[in-house]
Amino acid sequence: MTPLDKVEGRAIPFGLKNVDTDVIIPAHWLKTTTREGMGRGAFESLRADPDNLFDSADFKGAPILIAGDNFGCGSSREHAAWALGDLGIRVVIAPSYSDIFSGNAVKNGILPVVLPQAAIDRLMEVATTDPVFVDLEHQTVTTQFQDRFSFEIDPFRKMCLLEGLDEISLTEKSDAAIGAYEKKLDADRPWMRPAA
Amino acid sequence: MTRPRTLYEKIWDAHVVEQRPDATCLIFIDRHLVHEVTSPQAFAGLRASGRTVRRPDLTIAVPDHNVPTTARLDAAGNKLPIADPESAAQLAALEKNAPEFGIRYIDATAPEQGIVHVVGPEQGFSLPGTTIVCGDSHTACHGGIGALAFGIGTSEVEHVLATQTLLLQPSKTMEVRVEGEVGPGVSAKDIILHITGVIGAAGGTGHVIEYTGSAIRALSVEGRLTVSNMAIEGGARAGLIAPDETTFEYLKGRPYAPKGADWDAAVAYWKSLATDPGATYDKTVVIDAADIAPSVTWGTSPEDVVPITGIVPDPASFADPSKQAAAAKSLAYMGLEPGTRMQDVPVENIFIGSCTNSRIEDLRAAAAVIKGRHKADNVKWAIVVPGSGLVKAQAEAEGLDRIFTDAGLEWREPGCSACLAMNPDKVPAGERCASTSNRNFVGRQGPGARTHLVSPAMAAAAAVTGKLTDVRELMA
Ligand code: SF4
Repeated sequence: MTPLDKVEGRAIPFGLKNVDTDVIIPAHWLKTTTREGMGRGAFESLRADPDNLFDSADFKGAPILIAGDNFGCGSSREHAAWALGDLGIRVVIAPSYSDIFSGNAVKNGILPVVLPQAAIDRLMEVATTDPVFVDLEHQTVTTQFQDRFSFEIDPFRKMCLLEGLDEISLTEKSDAAIGAYEKKLDADRPWMRPAA
Repeated sequence: MTRPRTLYEKIWDAHVVEQRPDATCLIFIDRHLVHEVTSPQAFAGLRASGRTVRRPDLTIAVPDHNVPTTARLDAAGNKLPIADPESAAQLAALEKNAPEFGIRYIDATAPEQGIVHVVGPEQGFSLPGTTIVCGDSHTACHGGIGALAFGIGTSEVEHVLATQTLLLQPSKTMEVRVEGEVGPGVSAKDIILHITGVIGAAGGTGHVIEYTGSAIRALSVEGRLTVSNMAIEGGARAGLIAPDETTFEYLKGRPYAPKGADWDAAVAYWKSLATDPGATYDKTVVIDAADIAPSVTWGTSPEDVVPITGIVPDPASFADPSKQAAAAKSLAYMGLEPGTRMQDVPVENIFIGSCTNSRIEDLRAAAAVIKGRHKADNVKWAIVVPGSGLVKAQAEAEGLDRIFTDAGLEWREPGCSACLAMNPDKVPAGERCASTSNRNFVGRQGPGARTHLVSPAMAAAAAVTGKLTDVRELMA
């Protein structure tokens, strides 16, 4: 996974609320067996409009997406994160996310920044004409107009993003603890193993 | 004395392998359900890193999303080819990956094949007090038997395959208590649609919802699975219903459920899981069962719920300006005018199926309404898709299939079908569907398709009249 620290560039002033994963990547794009190339299907229904933001001269390839409340709700498909990543997005900024989406984003090297609606409104305004700066190390979103918004992030997620860490390798360090848990489970509740 | 705990906290505590310095825990996963859509990239990842599946015995793979619901074998018993090359590739990948990694595999042609969330409880593979994951957000469904069950993405599927654990943050808890008795014609589906309308599509975000109260206790396991299935439509990651005698009765004797002395030990343990008196939830919502009518959605978010006796709302009637905008967009997509009576909305398509409503009780409820009647002429496409091969066999033994086919409905093979536009069952653009599935999102049932979420009995009623209909009017 590519480490992520500072991201600066144009931010797509999208702003829509309750954007579900069906909008981010429609179901027919799920019929793949690989992760690559999914950006072509990102926001397909919106991009059917020739004047859409995503393909406009200003925002094509922009690394930041500004969205509304409850971004990534709906189906748990991780394809949504792959699609955003393949589209070139490294940071999403929104007031809230579905739990599953924010987890999937981090696992795929995308930073989900949570900021209050007032900050989102201001960033939407700036983003129409000017770039936005995201600094994960210092947990800030800034603009060239003295705006400075701090955001919270789980320290573990932050470390994973900063170092581009693969979670499975991390968990494998706990192999002995998992083995001990399994032993104890077999002793305490042997019926937990599927009977057949 | 330990602090009183909720059902959720008890299951969580029993599964902590390790606690990280922050609140994050490494959680043991008891059951992993795998289907063909979200697993190919996970198996590819394992292969690329030379990893194996840690606990193949805790994993079942079954194809459901892509499988066509038409005949799968020809007259001579040979497998029929799948026309769509991408679907065929995903199914072939699962068929190859499962045995290669030593996982139990239920083939599309096996008698017990079905939608993964129907198969788990039906096989007794899903048990109370277990942690269950699947690369599908409606894994929440298994909460209906008292399992902590939630959907995961493909990276997590790979993580569970490799380590049988997940790194998770504890969720907040929310109680949704439904007290009282529901009226005639009101099903589990109406209860959960009503709840979603009350709490909103983001009402449960960050929470695990425990459904409590006399109206929930009165539900069968099938009904509880329907309720918990749509926890995710209210923004929650998981739903839970405390296991009780109804649950034990349902599970006893199922293939993967404990047997003999193990069964007794299991029941004793399951009984200890109920939320302790005095335990507190982060949030509680109380709903009067008497307020719940047969319900229907008008928009493109599952929170867009009105009673069937209601009207299409005016976007201006919402206080929140962004909801106003969303409602206006929804109505444009749905082709509806504010003020229209829901009962005047014609439907051309009927879908009875999906992991929300494809169990035997659902099919019985639909059949009871449609028996001796015929679908309306304006209904072009009406399909009934049992949730599993076993549900299908049971329904056929009861003669339900004949009731449907005599009424002009099609009787199909089990699978996800028209719940999502991934297999040949799709709703044409611009047409409406009265659907027993769980999502009315834009394009969910096909590009441009207009979904109205309803209960099985309400879908059957709509089939008969050709418009959204109050099922109570068709009840004797
Ligand atoms: S029936 Fe629908 S919601 Fe259920 S698992 Fe299949 S696609 Fe998902």
